[in-house]
Amino acid sequence: MTAPVALVARDIEAGYEPGLPIVKGATITVGHGEIVALLGPNGAGKSTLMKAIAGLVPISRGAVLLGDVDITRTAAHRMVRRGLAFVPQTENVFTTMSVEENLVLAGHIAPAGTRAARVAAMLALFPDLARQRRLAAGRLSGGQRQMLAVARALMIEPSVLMLDEPSAGLSPKLVGEVFAKLSEIRASGVTILLVEQNARAALAIADRAYILADGRNRHEGAAAALAADPDIAAHYLGLGGADAGVGGRIAP
Amino acid sequence: MSLQFLADGLFAGALIGLGAVGLTLTYSILRFSNFTHGDFISWGAYLALGVVSALTGWIGPAARFMPFSFGWPLIVGGLFAMALTGLLALALDAALFKPLRRTGHGIVMVIASFGASLALRAMLEFLFTSEPAYFSRAIQIAIPIGFGIRVTPDQAAMMGLALVVVIAMHLLLTRTHIGRSMRAVSENPALARVVGIDVAAVIRATWLIGGALACVSGIMLGLTVQIRPQMGFDLLLPLFAAAILGGIGSVWGAIIGGLIVGIAEAGAVQVIGSEYRSAVAFVLLIAMLLVRPRGLFGVREG
Repeated sequence: MTAPVALVARDIEAGYEPGLPIVKGATITVGHGEIVALLGPNGAGKSTLMKAIAGLVPISRGAVLLGDVDITRTAAHRMVRRGLAFVPQTENVFTTMSVEENLVLAGHIAPAGTRAARVAAMLALFPDLARQRRLAAGRLSGGQRQMLAVARALMIEPSVLMLDEPSAGLSPKLVGEVFAKLSEIRASGVTILLVEQNARAALAIADRAYILADGRNRHEGAAAALAADPDIAAHYLGLGGADAGVGGRIAP
Repeated sequence: MSLQFLADGLFAGALIGLGAVGLTLTYSILRFSNFTHGDFISWGAYLALGVVSALTGWIGPAARFMPFSFGWPLIVGGLFAMALTGLLALALDAALFKPLRRTGHGIVMVIASFGASLALRAMLEFLFTSEPAYFSRAIQIAIPIGFGIRVTPDQAAMMGLALVVVIAMHLLLTRTHIGRSMRAVSENPALARVVGIDVAAVIRATWLIGGALACVSGIMLGLTVQIRPQMGFDLLLPLFAAAILGGIGSVWGAIIGGLIVGIAEAGAVQVIGSEYRSAVAFVLLIAMLLVRPRGLFGVREG
Protein backbone atom coordinates (compact mmCIF):
# COMPACT_ATOMS: atom_id res chain seq x y z
CA MET A 1 0.00 0.00 0.00
CA THR A 2 1.37 3.40 -0.86
CA ALA A 3 1.50 6.04 1.82
CA PRO A 4 -1.03 8.82 1.33
CA VAL A 5 1.66 11.43 0.87
CA ALA A 6 5.28 11.33 -0.30
CA LEU A 7 6.73 13.78 2.22
CA VAL A 8 5.45 15.53 5.32
CA ALA A 9 7.37 18.02 7.43
CA ARG A 10 5.24 18.88 10.43
CA ASP A 11 5.75 21.90 12.71
CA ILE A 12 9.49 22.04 12.01
CA GLU A 13 11.74 24.21 14.10
CA ALA A 14 15.33 24.20 12.86
CA GLY A 15 18.48 26.35 12.81
CA TYR A 16 22.26 26.22 12.78
CA GLU A 17 22.70 27.47 16.36
CA PRO A 18 20.81 26.02 19.35
CA GLY A 19 18.20 28.51 20.55
CA LEU A 20 18.32 30.55 17.32
CA PRO A 21 15.81 28.86 15.03
CA ILE A 22 15.52 30.11 11.45
CA VAL A 23 12.56 27.87 10.68
CA LYS A 24 10.04 28.49 13.48
CA GLY A 25 7.25 25.98 13.06
CA ALA A 26 6.70 25.36 9.35
CA THR A 27 4.54 22.56 7.97
CA ILE A 28 4.49 21.26 4.42
CA THR A 29 2.95 18.24 2.72
CA VAL A 30 3.94 16.90 -0.68
CA GLY A 31 1.66 14.38 -2.40
CA HIS A 32 2.87 11.54 -4.64
CA GLY A 33 3.80 12.80 -8.09
CA GLU A 34 3.32 16.47 -7.21
CA ILE A 35 5.61 19.40 -7.86
CA VAL A 36 5.47 21.66 -4.83
CA ALA A 37 7.25 25.02 -4.64
CA LEU A 38 8.50 26.71 -1.46
CA LEU A 39 8.45 30.45 -2.02
CA GLY A 40 8.93 33.55 0.05
CA PRO A 41 11.19 36.54 0.58
CA ASN A 42 14.93 36.28 1.30
CA GLY A 43 15.56 35.00 4.80
CA ALA A 44 12.14 33.37 5.06
CA GLY A 45 13.78 30.06 5.95
CA LYS A 46 12.92 28.17 2.74
CA SER A 47 16.41 26.79 2.12
CA THR A 48 16.98 26.08 5.81
CA LEU A 49 13.73 24.08 5.93
CA MET A 50 14.85 22.06 2.91
CA LYS A 51 18.30 21.44 4.41
CA ALA A 52 16.67 20.41 7.70
CA ILE A 53 14.54 17.86 5.82
CA ALA A 54 17.76 16.63 4.11
CA GLY A 55 19.40 16.14 7.52
CA LEU A 56 21.94 18.93 7.06
CA VAL A 57 20.51 21.37 9.63
CA PRO A 58 19.54 20.16 13.12
CA ILE A 59 15.80 19.92 13.79
CA SER A 60 14.84 20.99 17.33
CA ARG A 61 11.09 20.35 17.05
CA GLY A 62 8.65 18.63 14.73
CA ALA A 63 8.82 15.52 12.57
CA VAL A 64 9.67 14.62 8.97
CA LEU A 65 8.03 11.63 7.34
CA LEU A 66 9.11 10.22 4.00
CA GLY A 67 6.19 8.05 2.96
CA ASP A 68 5.43 6.46 6.32
CA VAL A 69 9.06 6.36 7.55
CA ASP A 70 10.15 8.86 10.19
CA ILE A 71 13.40 10.46 8.97
CA THR A 72 13.53 13.35 11.46
CA ARG A 73 16.82 12.17 12.99
CA THR A 74 18.22 10.26 10.01
CA ALA A 75 21.84 11.22 9.21
CA ALA A 76 22.24 13.19 5.97
CA HIS A 77 24.31 10.45 4.30
CA ARG A 78 21.55 7.87 4.89
CA MET A 79 18.82 9.94 3.19
CA VAL A 80 19.68 8.65 -0.29
CA ARG A 81 19.17 5.09 0.92
CA ARG A 82 15.67 6.07 2.04
CA GLY A 83 14.97 7.49 -1.43
CA LEU A 84 15.27 11.20 -0.69
CA ALA A 85 17.59 13.11 -3.05
CA PHE A 86 18.72 16.71 -2.54
CA VAL A 87 20.34 19.13 -5.00
CA PRO A 88 22.04 22.01 -3.12
CA GLN A 89 21.94 25.50 -4.59
CA THR A 90 25.68 25.93 -5.13
CA GLU A 91 28.70 23.63 -5.24
CA ASN A 92 26.37 20.80 -6.17
CA VAL A 93 28.76 18.76 -8.32
CA PHE A 94 32.29 17.48 -7.65
CA THR A 95 34.26 19.83 -9.91
CA THR A 96 37.48 17.80 -9.92
CA MET A 97 35.71 14.65 -11.09
CA SER A 98 34.47 13.91 -14.58
CA VAL A 99 30.77 13.99 -15.45
CA GLU A 100 30.75 10.20 -15.48
CA GLU A 101 32.58 9.90 -12.15
CA ASN A 102 30.02 12.19 -10.52
CA LEU A 103 27.26 9.85 -11.68
CA VAL A 104 29.10 6.64 -10.74
CA LEU A 105 29.89 7.98 -7.28
CA ALA A 106 26.25 8.91 -6.66
CA GLY A 107 25.08 5.51 -7.89
CA HIS A 108 27.11 3.53 -5.35
CA ILE A 109 24.07 2.55 -3.30
CA ALA A 110 22.37 0.94 -6.29
CA PRO A 111 22.92 -2.84 -6.75
CA ALA A 112 26.28 -3.36 -8.48
CA GLY A 113 24.76 -4.88 -11.61
CA THR A 114 22.44 -1.95 -12.29
CA ARG A 115 24.85 1.01 -11.98
CA ALA A 116 26.14 1.06 -15.55
CA ALA A 117 22.58 0.96 -16.91
CA ARG A 118 21.62 3.79 -14.56
CA VAL A 119 24.54 5.96 -15.78
CA ALA A 120 23.53 5.22 -19.38
CA ALA A 121 19.92 6.18 -18.60
CA MET A 122 21.03 9.52 -17.14
CA LEU A 123 23.27 10.26 -20.12
CA ALA A 124 20.31 9.48 -22.40
CA LEU A 125 18.07 11.83 -20.38
CA PHE A 126 20.69 14.61 -20.59
CA PRO A 127 22.31 14.38 -24.05
CA ASP A 128 24.46 17.46 -23.34
CA LEU A 129 26.16 15.56 -20.52
CA ALA A 130 26.66 12.46 -22.67
CA ARG A 131 28.78 14.53 -25.07
CA GLN A 132 30.97 15.69 -22.17
CA ARG A 133 31.07 12.58 -20.04
CA ARG A 134 34.86 12.65 -19.66
CA LEU A 135 35.10 16.37 -18.96
CA ALA A 136 35.82 17.57 -15.41
CA ALA A 137 32.53 18.84 -14.01
CA GLY A 138 34.21 22.11 -13.04
CA ARG A 139 34.57 22.96 -16.74
CA LEU A 140 30.88 22.59 -17.56
CA SER A 141 28.74 25.69 -18.17
CA GLY A 142 26.34 26.81 -15.42
CA GLY A 143 23.34 25.20 -17.08
CA GLN A 144 25.12 21.90 -17.75
CA ARG A 145 26.38 21.85 -14.18
CA GLN A 146 22.83 22.22 -12.89
CA MET A 147 21.72 19.38 -15.21
CA LEU A 148 24.56 17.21 -13.88
CA ALA A 149 23.51 17.97 -10.30
CA VAL A 150 19.95 16.84 -11.14
CA ALA A 151 21.21 13.75 -12.99
CA ARG A 152 23.42 12.93 -10.01
CA ALA A 153 20.43 13.14 -7.68
CA LEU A 154 18.35 10.93 -9.99
CA MET A 155 21.03 8.20 -9.97
CA ILE A 156 19.50 6.78 -6.77
CA GLU A 157 15.99 6.60 -8.33
CA PRO A 158 14.58 8.78 -5.56
CA SER A 159 10.95 8.83 -4.52
CA VAL A 160 11.29 12.53 -3.67
CA LEU A 161 13.69 14.98 -5.35
CA MET A 162 14.39 18.24 -3.51
CA LEU A 163 16.06 21.17 -5.30
CA ASP A 164 17.33 24.35 -3.67
CA GLU A 165 16.96 27.19 -6.20
CA PRO A 166 17.67 25.29 -9.40
CA SER A 167 17.36 28.55 -11.38
CA ALA A 168 20.01 30.47 -9.42
CA GLY A 169 22.56 32.13 -11.66
CA LEU A 170 21.06 30.82 -14.90
CA SER A 171 19.91 32.87 -17.90
CA PRO A 172 16.12 32.96 -18.58
CA LYS A 173 16.57 30.55 -21.49
CA LEU A 174 18.43 28.03 -19.30
CA VAL A 175 15.87 28.43 -16.52
CA GLY A 176 13.25 27.38 -19.07
CA GLU A 177 15.29 24.32 -20.04
CA VAL A 178 15.92 23.23 -16.45
CA PHE A 179 12.26 23.62 -15.51
CA ALA A 180 11.09 21.78 -18.62
CA LYS A 181 13.39 18.94 -17.56
CA LEU A 182 11.86 18.94 -14.08
CA SER A 183 8.36 18.58 -15.59
CA GLU A 184 9.67 15.66 -17.65
CA ILE A 185 11.15 14.05 -14.51
CA ARG A 186 7.87 14.47 -12.64
CA ALA A 187 6.06 12.81 -15.51
CA SER A 188 8.27 9.76 -14.94
CA GLY A 189 6.85 9.47 -11.42
CA VAL A 190 9.29 11.41 -9.23
CA THR A 191 7.82 13.73 -6.61
CA ILE A 192 9.51 17.15 -6.58
CA LEU A 193 9.89 19.80 -3.89
CA LEU A 194 11.70 22.96 -4.90
CA VAL A 195 12.78 26.18 -3.23
CA GLU A 196 12.73 29.16 -5.60
CA GLN A 197 13.29 32.90 -5.69
CA ASN A 198 12.14 32.83 -9.29
CA ALA A 199 8.48 32.56 -8.32
CA ARG A 200 7.06 32.97 -11.82
CA ALA A 201 9.06 30.07 -13.28
CA ALA A 202 8.33 27.89 -10.24
CA LEU A 203 4.58 28.55 -10.22
CA ALA A 204 4.45 27.79 -13.94
CA ILE A 205 5.43 24.14 -13.35
CA ALA A 206 4.26 23.59 -9.75
CA ASP A 207 0.93 22.08 -8.72
CA ARG A 208 0.91 23.77 -5.34
CA ALA A 209 3.07 26.21 -3.43
CA TYR A 210 3.77 27.27 0.12
CA ILE A 211 4.80 30.82 0.90
CA LEU A 212 6.97 31.11 3.98
CA ALA A 213 7.83 34.31 5.84
CA ASP A 214 9.95 34.61 8.96
CA GLY A 215 10.27 30.84 9.25
CA ARG A 216 6.51 30.16 9.30
CA ASN A 217 3.77 29.25 6.82
CA ARG A 218 2.13 32.39 5.47
CA HIS A 219 0.06 31.22 2.49
CA GLU A 220 -0.52 28.05 0.60
CA GLY A 221 -2.61 26.91 -2.30
CA ALA A 222 -2.76 25.84 -5.91
CA ALA A 223 0.05 27.39 -7.94
CA ALA A 224 -2.27 29.04 -10.43
CA ALA A 225 -4.40 30.61 -7.69
CA LEU A 226 -1.37 32.02 -5.87
CA ALA A 227 0.07 33.45 -9.08
CA ALA A 228 -3.28 35.07 -9.87
CA ASP A 229 -3.72 36.69 -6.44
CA PRO A 230 -2.46 40.28 -6.92
CA ASP A 231 -1.94 40.82 -3.21
CA ILE A 232 0.28 37.78 -2.75
CA ALA A 233 2.09 38.42 -6.00
CA ALA A 234 2.98 41.95 -4.94
CA HIS A 235 3.93 41.14 -1.36
CA TYR A 236 5.79 37.87 -1.54
CA LEU A 237 6.59 36.88 -5.05
CA GLY A 238 8.14 39.96 -6.59
CA LEU A 239 5.64 39.71 -9.42
CA GLY A 240 3.98 43.05 -8.76
CA GLY A 241 5.94 45.46 -10.93
CA ALA A 242 5.68 45.34 -14.68
CA ASP A 243 9.41 44.69 -15.11
CA ALA A 244 9.87 42.15 -12.36
CA GLY A 245 9.91 38.53 -13.36
CA VAL A 246 12.20 35.93 -14.78
CA GLY A 247 15.80 37.04 -14.51
CA GLY A 248 14.70 40.33 -12.97
CA ARG A 249 16.46 39.81 -9.68
CA ILE A 250 20.08 40.12 -8.80
CA ALA A 251 21.57 36.70 -8.21
CA PRO A 252 23.43 36.43 -4.90
CA MET B 1 80.71 15.67 -10.94
CA SER B 2 79.39 12.15 -10.41
CA LEU B 3 75.83 11.34 -11.37
CA GLN B 4 75.51 9.22 -8.26
CA PHE B 5 73.52 12.05 -6.65
CA LEU B 6 70.72 11.39 -9.14
CA ALA B 7 70.28 7.79 -7.96
CA ASP B 8 70.58 8.78 -4.31
CA GLY B 9 68.14 11.64 -4.84
CA LEU B 10 65.61 9.45 -6.65
CA PHE B 11 65.72 6.93 -3.84
CA ALA B 12 65.38 9.55 -1.09
CA GLY B 13 62.69 11.19 -3.20
CA ALA B 14 60.63 7.99 -3.56
CA LEU B 15 60.79 7.55 0.21
CA ILE B 16 59.79 11.18 0.85
CA GLY B 17 57.08 10.90 -1.79
CA LEU B 18 55.46 7.84 -0.18
CA GLY B 19 55.39 9.63 3.17
CA ALA B 20 54.02 12.75 1.49
CA VAL B 21 51.17 10.79 -0.14
CA GLY B 22 49.83 9.89 3.32
CA LEU B 23 50.37 13.46 4.51
CA THR B 24 48.60 14.99 1.53
CA LEU B 25 45.61 12.63 1.94
CA THR B 26 45.16 13.38 5.64
CA TYR B 27 45.68 17.09 4.98
CA SER B 28 43.07 17.30 2.24
CA ILE B 29 40.46 15.14 3.96
CA LEU B 30 40.92 16.18 7.59
CA ARG B 31 42.04 19.74 6.80
CA PHE B 32 44.95 20.11 9.15
CA SER B 33 48.74 19.70 9.03
CA ASN B 34 49.39 16.47 10.86
CA PHE B 35 52.80 16.66 12.57
CA THR B 36 52.51 13.08 13.83
CA HIS B 37 52.88 11.77 10.28
CA GLY B 38 56.67 11.68 10.67
CA ASP B 39 56.30 9.64 13.83
CA PHE B 40 54.03 7.17 12.04
CA ILE B 41 57.08 6.60 9.80
CA SER B 42 59.31 5.88 12.81
CA TRP B 43 56.65 3.72 14.46
CA GLY B 44 56.15 1.85 11.21
CA ALA B 45 59.86 0.98 11.07
CA TYR B 46 59.99 -0.09 14.74
CA LEU B 47 56.76 -2.10 14.46
CA ALA B 48 58.20 -3.91 11.42
CA LEU B 49 61.42 -4.52 13.36
CA GLY B 50 59.41 -5.83 16.29
CA VAL B 51 57.41 -8.27 14.17
CA VAL B 52 60.56 -9.42 12.32
CA SER B 53 62.38 -10.06 15.63
CA ALA B 54 59.39 -11.92 17.01
CA LEU B 55 59.14 -14.07 13.86
CA THR B 56 62.85 -14.95 13.74
CA GLY B 57 62.89 -15.51 17.49
CA TRP B 58 60.00 -17.91 17.15
CA ILE B 59 60.94 -19.81 13.99
CA GLY B 60 64.67 -19.18 13.86
CA PRO B 61 66.69 -17.20 11.32
CA ALA B 62 65.38 -17.33 7.78
CA ALA B 63 67.37 -17.41 4.57
CA ARG B 64 67.90 -14.13 2.74
CA PHE B 65 66.54 -13.53 -0.74
CA MET B 66 69.90 -13.14 -2.48
CA PRO B 67 71.15 -10.58 -3.38
CA PHE B 68 68.95 -8.67 -0.93
CA SER B 69 69.65 -8.24 2.78
CA PHE B 70 66.19 -9.46 3.81
CA GLY B 71 64.12 -12.63 3.65
CA TRP B 72 60.45 -13.48 4.07
CA PRO B 73 60.23 -12.31 7.72
CA LEU B 74 60.58 -8.69 6.57
CA ILE B 75 57.83 -9.15 3.96
CA VAL B 76 55.44 -10.67 6.50
CA GLY B 77 56.58 -8.25 9.20
CA GLY B 78 56.15 -5.33 6.81
CA LEU B 79 52.58 -6.28 5.98
CA PHE B 80 51.75 -6.72 9.67
CA ALA B 81 53.45 -3.44 10.53
CA MET B 82 51.50 -1.60 7.81
CA ALA B 83 48.25 -2.78 9.38
CA LEU B 84 49.50 -1.95 12.90
CA THR B 85 50.66 1.55 11.90
CA GLY B 86 47.27 2.15 10.29
CA LEU B 87 45.61 1.04 13.52
CA LEU B 88 47.94 3.31 15.52
CA ALA B 89 46.82 6.27 13.39
CA LEU B 90 43.19 5.23 13.83
CA ALA B 91 43.61 4.91 17.60
CA LEU B 92 45.25 8.34 17.82
CA ASP B 93 42.36 9.80 15.83
CA ALA B 94 39.77 8.21 18.12
CA ALA B 95 41.55 9.34 21.28
CA LEU B 96 42.70 12.81 20.25
CA PHE B 97 41.66 14.24 16.88
CA LYS B 98 38.04 13.09 16.74
CA PRO B 99 37.02 14.90 19.96
CA LEU B 100 38.92 18.01 18.80
CA ARG B 101 37.30 17.98 15.32
CA ARG B 102 33.99 18.89 16.96
CA THR B 103 35.48 22.20 18.12
CA GLY B 104 36.09 23.00 14.46
CA HIS B 105 39.40 24.80 14.96
CA GLY B 106 42.15 23.63 12.60
CA ILE B 107 44.90 25.24 14.63
CA VAL B 108 43.91 23.26 17.75
CA MET B 109 44.35 20.06 15.72
CA VAL B 110 47.80 21.16 14.50
CA ILE B 111 49.02 21.95 18.03
CA ALA B 112 47.53 18.68 19.34
CA SER B 113 49.33 16.75 16.59
CA PHE B 114 52.57 18.46 17.59
CA GLY B 115 52.07 17.30 21.18
CA ALA B 116 51.17 13.78 20.06
CA SER B 117 54.28 13.75 17.89
CA LEU B 118 56.50 14.48 20.91
CA ALA B 119 54.72 11.79 22.93
CA LEU B 120 55.02 9.15 20.19
CA ARG B 121 58.74 9.87 19.78
CA ALA B 122 59.37 9.78 23.55
CA MET B 123 57.59 6.41 23.72
CA LEU B 124 59.91 5.00 21.04
CA GLU B 125 62.98 6.30 22.89
CA PHE B 126 61.66 4.76 26.09
CA LEU B 127 60.92 1.39 24.46
CA PHE B 128 63.91 1.08 22.13
CA THR B 129 66.43 3.73 23.39
CA SER B 130 67.76 6.31 20.95
CA GLU B 131 70.53 3.95 19.76
CA PRO B 132 70.10 3.15 16.07
CA ALA B 133 68.69 -0.27 15.19
CA TYR B 134 68.96 -2.27 11.93
CA PHE B 135 66.84 -4.79 10.07
CA SER B 136 70.03 -6.53 9.01
CA ARG B 137 73.75 -6.15 9.56
CA ALA B 138 74.48 -7.71 6.19
CA ILE B 139 76.79 -5.62 4.02
CA GLN B 140 75.26 -4.66 0.70
CA ILE B 141 77.53 -4.37 -2.32
CA ALA B 142 76.42 -1.54 -4.58
CA ILE B 143 76.19 -2.66 -8.19
CA PRO B 144 77.31 -0.32 -10.99
CA ILE B 145 74.51 0.36 -13.45
CA GLY B 146 76.37 2.72 -15.80
CA PHE B 147 77.14 6.46 -15.92
CA GLY B 148 79.18 6.00 -12.74
CA ILE B 149 76.04 5.25 -10.73
CA ARG B 150 75.93 2.46 -8.15
CA VAL B 151 72.77 1.08 -6.53
CA THR B 152 72.43 -1.55 -3.81
CA PRO B 153 69.99 -4.42 -4.45
CA ASP B 154 67.90 -3.26 -1.45
CA GLN B 155 67.60 0.22 -2.92
CA ALA B 156 66.46 -1.20 -6.24
CA ALA B 157 63.89 -3.42 -4.52
CA MET B 158 62.55 -0.50 -2.49
CA MET B 159 62.25 1.67 -5.61
CA GLY B 160 60.19 -1.10 -7.21
CA LEU B 161 58.05 -1.33 -4.08
CA ALA B 162 57.48 2.44 -4.09
CA LEU B 163 56.34 2.30 -7.71
CA VAL B 164 53.92 -0.56 -6.98
CA VAL B 165 52.48 1.30 -3.99
CA VAL B 166 51.94 4.52 -5.96
CA ILE B 167 50.22 2.70 -8.83
CA ALA B 168 48.04 0.87 -6.29
CA MET B 169 47.12 4.23 -4.71
CA HIS B 170 46.29 5.68 -8.11
CA LEU B 171 43.99 2.75 -8.91
CA LEU B 172 42.40 2.97 -5.47
CA LEU B 173 41.56 6.65 -5.90
CA THR B 174 40.26 6.38 -9.47
CA ARG B 175 38.65 2.93 -9.66
CA THR B 176 37.17 2.12 -6.25
CA HIS B 177 34.25 3.53 -4.35
CA ILE B 178 36.28 4.24 -1.23
CA GLY B 179 38.89 6.08 -3.33
CA ARG B 180 36.30 8.19 -5.13
CA SER B 181 34.66 8.88 -1.76
CA MET B 182 38.00 10.11 -0.40
CA ARG B 183 38.33 12.51 -3.35
CA ALA B 184 34.72 13.61 -2.85
CA VAL B 185 35.21 14.36 0.85
CA SER B 186 38.45 16.23 0.16
CA GLU B 187 36.68 18.47 -2.36
CA ASN B 188 33.34 19.05 -0.67
CA PRO B 189 32.42 17.24 2.58
CA ALA B 190 28.86 18.66 2.66
CA LEU B 191 28.07 17.45 -0.86
CA ALA B 192 29.70 14.11 -0.03
CA ARG B 193 27.11 13.60 2.74
CA VAL B 194 24.32 14.60 0.34
CA VAL B 195 25.34 11.89 -2.14
CA GLY B 196 25.33 9.30 0.63
CA ILE B 197 28.98 9.07 1.64
CA ASP B 198 29.66 8.24 5.29
CA VAL B 199 32.32 10.87 6.02
CA ALA B 200 33.34 9.20 9.30
CA ALA B 201 34.10 5.96 7.43
CA VAL B 202 36.14 7.86 4.85
CA ILE B 203 38.17 9.50 7.62
CA ARG B 204 38.87 6.07 9.15
CA ALA B 205 39.99 4.72 5.77
CA THR B 206 42.25 7.75 5.32
CA TRP B 207 44.04 7.15 8.62
CA LEU B 208 44.48 3.44 7.85
CA ILE B 209 45.92 4.14 4.40
CA GLY B 210 48.05 7.10 5.56
CA GLY B 211 49.49 5.02 8.42
CA ALA B 212 50.22 2.05 6.14
CA LEU B 213 52.02 4.27 3.61
CA ALA B 214 54.04 5.91 6.39
CA CYS B 215 55.08 2.44 7.51
CA VAL B 216 56.35 1.62 4.00
CA SER B 217 58.52 4.76 4.03
CA GLY B 218 59.78 3.81 7.48
CA ILE B 219 60.79 0.34 6.28
CA MET B 220 62.49 1.81 3.18
CA LEU B 221 64.49 4.18 5.34
CA GLY B 222 65.21 1.57 8.00
CA LEU B 223 66.42 -0.96 5.46
CA THR B 224 68.76 1.38 3.62
CA VAL B 225 69.98 3.68 6.42
CA GLN B 226 69.06 2.84 10.00
CA ILE B 227 66.13 2.93 12.41
CA ARG B 228 66.06 5.74 14.98
CA PRO B 229 63.18 7.25 17.01
CA GLN B 230 63.95 10.63 15.37
CA MET B 231 64.00 9.34 11.80
CA GLY B 232 60.44 10.27 10.89
CA PHE B 233 60.40 13.61 12.61
CA ASP B 234 63.58 14.58 10.75
CA LEU B 235 61.70 13.86 7.50
CA LEU B 236 58.80 16.14 8.34
CA LEU B 237 60.08 19.22 6.53
CA PRO B 238 60.86 17.36 3.28
CA LEU B 239 57.43 15.66 3.57
CA PHE B 240 55.58 18.96 3.83
CA ALA B 241 57.74 20.45 1.08
CA ALA B 242 56.88 17.51 -1.22
CA ALA B 243 53.15 17.62 -0.43
CA ILE B 244 52.91 21.38 -0.99
CA LEU B 245 55.17 21.31 -4.05
CA GLY B 246 52.96 18.68 -5.67
CA GLY B 247 49.73 20.31 -4.58
CA ILE B 248 47.71 19.27 -1.52
CA GLY B 249 45.45 16.33 -2.31
CA SER B 250 47.37 15.13 -5.36
CA VAL B 251 48.93 11.65 -5.06
CA TRP B 252 51.09 11.98 -8.17
CA GLY B 253 51.93 15.54 -7.07
CA ALA B 254 53.22 14.24 -3.72
CA ILE B 255 55.39 11.63 -5.46
CA ILE B 256 56.80 14.09 -7.99
CA GLY B 257 57.24 16.68 -5.23
CA GLY B 258 59.11 14.04 -3.24
CA LEU B 259 61.40 13.23 -6.18
CA ILE B 260 62.13 16.94 -6.73
CA VAL B 261 62.96 17.46 -3.06
CA GLY B 262 65.07 14.28 -2.95
CA ILE B 263 67.09 15.13 -6.07
CA ALA B 264 67.46 18.80 -5.06
CA GLU B 265 68.77 17.79 -1.64
CA ALA B 266 71.21 15.26 -3.07
CA GLY B 267 72.36 17.76 -5.71
CA ALA B 268 72.81 20.48 -3.10
CA VAL B 269 75.09 18.19 -1.12
CA GLN B 270 77.34 18.01 -4.19
CA VAL B 271 77.33 21.73 -4.82
CA ILE B 272 77.12 23.52 -1.49
CA GLY B 273 77.86 20.78 1.01
CA SER B 274 75.82 18.61 3.31
CA GLU B 275 75.43 21.29 6.03
CA TYR B 276 72.75 22.95 3.94
CA ARG B 277 70.95 19.80 2.90
CA SER B 278 67.84 20.39 5.00
CA ALA B 279 67.66 24.06 3.96
CA VAL B 280 66.94 22.94 0.38
CA ALA B 281 63.49 21.55 1.22
CA PHE B 282 62.74 24.76 3.09
CA VAL B 283 63.78 26.98 0.17
CA LEU B 284 61.69 24.89 -2.27
CA LEU B 285 58.71 25.06 0.09
CA ILE B 286 58.88 28.85 0.45
CA ALA B 287 59.49 29.40 -3.27
CA MET B 288 56.46 27.29 -4.17
CA LEU B 289 54.23 29.03 -1.63
CA LEU B 290 55.25 32.41 -3.07
CA VAL B 291 55.01 31.54 -6.75
CA ARG B 292 52.20 28.98 -6.95
CA PRO B 293 50.59 28.27 -3.57
CA ARG B 294 48.34 25.53 -4.92
CA GLY B 295 51.35 23.48 -6.00
CA LEU B 296 52.15 21.79 -9.29
CA PHE B 297 49.04 19.61 -9.50
CA GLY B 298 46.81 21.16 -6.86
CA VAL B 299 43.34 22.51 -7.51
CA ARG B 300 42.25 25.96 -6.38
CA GLU B 301 41.35 26.32 -2.70
CA GLY B 302 37.69 26.36 -1.65
